[in-house]
Amino acid sequence: MSEQFEPKIVAFFCNWCTYTAADLAGVSRLKYAPNARVIRVMCSGRVDPQFVLDAFAKGADGVLLGGCHPGDCHYAEGNYKTLRRMRMLTRMLKDMGIYDGRFRLEWISGAEGDKVKSVINDMTKKVRALGPLDLPGKFKNWDKEIEELEAQVNKGDKDKEAVHAG
Amino acid sequence: MTENKSKKETLPRVGFYICHCGSNIASMIDVLEVQKYAAALPGVAVSREYKYMCSDPGQEMIAKDIKEHKLERLVVAACSPNLHEETFRKAAAKGGLNPFFFQMVNIREHAAWVHEDKKSATEKAKDLARAAIARVRFHKSLDKKRVAVDPNVLVVGGGIAGIHAALTLANAGKKVTLVEREATIGGHMAAFDKTFPTLDCAACILTPKMSAVKSHPNITLWTYSEVSKVEGYVGNYKVTVTRKPRFVKEDLCVGCMECIDACVFKEPKFKDKFNQGLGKRKPVYIDFPQATPKVVLVDPETCIQLKTGKCKQPCAAACDRKAFDFNQKAETKELQVGAIVLSTGFKTYDVARSPQYGYGRYPGVYTALEVERLVNASGPTSGEVVLRDGTHPKAVGIIHCVGSRDAKTNKWCSRVCCMYSLKLAHLIKEHSGAEVYNFYIDMRAPGKAYEEFYDKLLGEGVHFIRGRVDEVTDWAMTPEEEGKLVLRVEDTLAGFVRRIPVDMVVLSTGLEPQPDAQEVRRRFNIGCGSEGFFQERHPKLAPVNTFTDGIYIAGACQAPRDIPDTVAQAGAAAAEALSLIDAGFVELEPNTSHIVEEECSGCKTCVPLCPYSAITFDEAKKKATINEVLCKGCGVCAAACPSGSIRQNLFEDDEIFSEIEGVLAK
Amino acid sequence: MPDKPKVAFYWCASCGGCEEAVVDLAEDILKVVAAVDIVLWPVAMDFKKEDVEARPDKSIVAGFINGAIRTSEQEEWVRLLRKKCQVIVSFGACANSGGIPALANQFQKESILKYVYDDCPSIDNPGKIRPQTECVDEGRTLTLPELRNVVRSLDQVIDVDYYLPGCPPTPKIIMNAVLALLSGKLPPKGTVLSPEIALCEECKRKDSKPADLALTEFKRPHQVLIDPEKCLLAQGLVCMGPATRGGCEALCPGGNMPCTGCFGPTTRVKDQGAKFVSSVFSNIAPKEEAEIDAVLDGIPDPIGTFYRYGLSKSMLRRKLN
Repeated sequence: MSEQFEPKIVAFFCNWCTYTAADLAGVSRLKYAPNARVIRVMCSGRVDPQFVLDAFAKGADGVLLGGCHPGDCHYAEGNYKTLRRMRMLTRMLKDMGIYDGRFRLEWISGAEGDKVKSVINDMTKKVRALGPLDLPGKFKNWDKEIEELEAQVNKGDKDKEAVHAG
Repeated sequence: MTENKSKKETLPRVGFYICHCGSNIASMIDVLEVQKYAAALPGVAVSREYKYMCSDPGQEMIAKDIKEHKLERLVVAACSPNLHEETFRKAAAKGGLNPFFFQMVNIREHAAWVHEDKKSATEKAKDLARAAIARVRFHKSLDKKRVAVDPNVLVVGGGIAGIHAALTLANAGKKVTLVEREATIGGHMAAFDKTFPTLDCAACILTPKMSAVKSHPNITLWTYSEVSKVEGYVGNYKVTVTRKPRFVKEDLCVGCMECIDACVFKEPKFKDKFNQGLGKRKPVYIDFPQATPKVVLVDPETCIQLKTGKCKQPCAAACDRKAFDFNQKAETKELQVGAIVLSTGFKTYDVARSPQYGYGRYPGVYTALEVERLVNASGPTSGEVVLRDGTHPKAVGIIHCVGSRDAKTNKWCSRVCCMYSLKLAHLIKEHSGAEVYNFYIDMRAPGKAYEEFYDKLLGEGVHFIRGRVDEVTDWAMTPEEEGKLVLRVEDTLAGFVRRIPVDMVVLSTGLEPQPDAQEVRRRFNIGCGSEGFFQERHPKLAPVNTFTDGIYIAGACQAPRDIPDTVAQAGAAAAEALSLIDAGFVELEPNTSHIVEEECSGCKTCVPLCPYSAITFDEAKKKATINEVLCKGCGVCAAACPSGSIRQNLFEDDEIFSEIEGVLAK
Repeated sequence: MPDKPKVAFYWCASCGGCEEAVVDLAEDILKVVAAVDIVLWPVAMDFKKEDVEARPDKSIVAGFINGAIRTSEQEEWVRLLRKKCQVIVSFGACANSGGIPALANQFQKESILKYVYDDCPSIDNPGKIRPQTECVDEGRTLTLPELRNVVRSLDQVIDVDYYLPGCPPTPKIIMNAVLALLSGKLPPKGTVLSPEIALCEECKRKDSKPADLALTEFKRPHQVLIDPEKCLLAQGLVCMGPATRGGCEALCPGGNMPCTGCFGPTTRVKDQGAKFVSSVFSNIAPKEEAEIDAVLDGIPDPIGTFYRYGLSKSMLRRKLN
């Protein structure tokens, strides 16, 4: 089966700017790649770095975080908090082997429907070239190293307590 | 529809509905496939598809299903929640379900309308549906809080927009404070001579309204004042206004202007702003005779007393009301209002950015506003078209689109310049008999009676040349051009480059946002478009609302606009404000955050993060606490709390984690 | 006379500090020893694996296991204890979340072995000999456990009943746990045996913490003359207190050192490092990217700093490639 790999991108969009821009892109019938899945938050400042990591851990190949341009946050300064947190998160992701734009922070204002299109298209293209991240698959692979011994030790055991929780 | 009675009752019963939206969604997404897919998901008790979910039958179907199938959660996959979230929340409520047990899935704007492959669009719809169904299980019952609305209104900017809005509101019985930065209200319109297309005298139609503002019992007029701080939220704004010192007591001065005559400066010496620098004034002055309030003011930059302290002060002596006070200080005042109308107007394009037109280099080059003052009977030349060097022009060139429709300066069309260029052509010709040439790109005359006005001008012998003037130069190539200003232009209709010698050039400058628009809009927490004009909530459906509830915009601060549309928009803004105030209360969205007291460690991480000061530290309990009435629901604190002790309603961690898992599950 | 309840202690990838912690119970240890029958404690007693294997299943009331899981031997032992014990207590930060050993999850196994056996300046190994899981010497087969690629927490290998946090757990919380076990009054399965509230609550420096940190710089402890009364974060030191579960009586801040997060996060937080980043960086002052980066440069090893004890349980678990 030689189906082209299609990356799954989880996108956290802030309601007032990025989500509205995505709506505008829709109203304008702009066409772009179908790889993004938008999760709506009121402000990019709601996006906990845990959400980004969880998205990768659950199978995202890329994570996009969209907020208002600095100075334009509907809630005054939420996006500055986002910026500060995410610049550190980017460094940490790189140290853990996730880099080259798999995690991307973009400022998109409510009027920039075309930017939604160009960012999603660009990110899809770049992440497709990087290949699948597939952390759930990797976790399963890593745990293979303990499964043989586990099966051996628990041979015939109805008691499931000794099986790893992963 | 698919109903599933055999599912275990441990998960809340979810009703899932997918809308065809006519063919808007159904043409790109296989709605039946999504409906079947959802039906098989755990916890889904009812799964239906319907042509128009937002229609009455669609909503009734939801209400009916909730009752009949004992639904506990509702998911609708359709258009954007920004359009119909409220609609379906109400439908849920009609069925007896708390409206916040609802989650909307955007498969139209975010999928059907933007993708071209049916298979992948349908897969996306399934992913999003699955995520919403997983998320909605965690939703909790919530209520909207009601908060009373303060009936008073603040109008910022006293041009024609602010004046009209203030009068409309005041006539409706509301107490209005009108704050204006200049010493008088009237705005740009007060400086115009005649207005198109009727050629009404601007001052004649404006001054009665200005007068009405002054005398209206419901209007408090604070000129020479600026809003320095805005706090609070819709229905409950606390505004701080700084009143600049005039050095004259406003309640004592009657505008007799004896002080101006008495001033030590026998002749006016300083360029006056109202006449665009073409006229002169003394340090003590009044902008124009009908200035409202009719109170003089003293300019601290030029008054000898204020600069050196050593003046005999004949002005003060001449005042039998003893209104002068050279020790007057700026005053800070506080206001509580429920709604704010911003009508801060525009500035004209700075022609220094187009040096090829020679403004400042050649004394015969004028801006349109300067010409308004020239042709005005109360202007610096009493309406005579006479140039800075004292000569009378025999030929005048009017250049349209200076600082408009230009990739190098401003991209937009300023909407009013063609019309006022025609008006000025008419007035100049009338006052001076000169030959007038209008250089235009397109003739924009869209309003009522505008095209007819253009027609009239065509009949008056004004010359129209379609082309952008390349430069204004005094470099003569022929004897006829000696001593003239030559306009070089490609006459696109004739098909060749022409040189037109004139004596006077008028630059029809475009409209721009005020120079401090960014600062002002941030102070009021509203948005700006990329050009810098204030951002409306929706260009068609909500042109006077902003994304900040309770703050409305009117006039040229939102986009270049002529007087009729400005007045209409001001009325619209007043109506919106009235609709807010007369409802008496505001319902707060419940997506606020709260701190779970027994979980809070008092680490104070959250306290400085709230722009609305909703989070305070309780010194007695040594824990942080959130005032849910002030909270606007951004969720920054919930993300930042390092021990997970803050919950944001509708955006709790569980809800978002389940959504993440939902979109990615296979 | 009824049999005293049996308990077992075992250590995996561990420094021995958790064993020390039991000894640190001081006089209280006598109470413990009098009340229970210790049937396994490698650091202190000479019971063999066959002794444990011979016991009936579930005959040991509680097994206290510390240390991370890195080798196949550790996996065997903990699976054995799971069978033989009624209750397994994950003891200490290494067992709970990987601890210090889990920092090895930032490196590939091969690079670690290469450094230790080939490249290390103090190693003398010209033949580039590496440890083997099996080798034959004079007709006898000697075995060594397999070193795994991923360092795991205890509950990533077996089912765990309770967690005692800390590096090591303090005598107080150990005592409370043992007494609870002996009395039979146990909380729900899966409970972490320490309060669900962050450390700041019990820290004596709390009152000196300003409401607006507006940090402009991060410093490391050796770069600062640490004020013994003032909040450590306010002094520019990375103190994980706000993101760390309390219960240790803030011993480290009390000892003039910042908290490094060894008690792990509260139950409401899934990834301690990420949450701490969310909180502390919300409170730095700069708004421009370049200025923000300058502040971030003050923490050159974010993974080591924010996941010092919890890398196994972090959402990403280990570095890719």
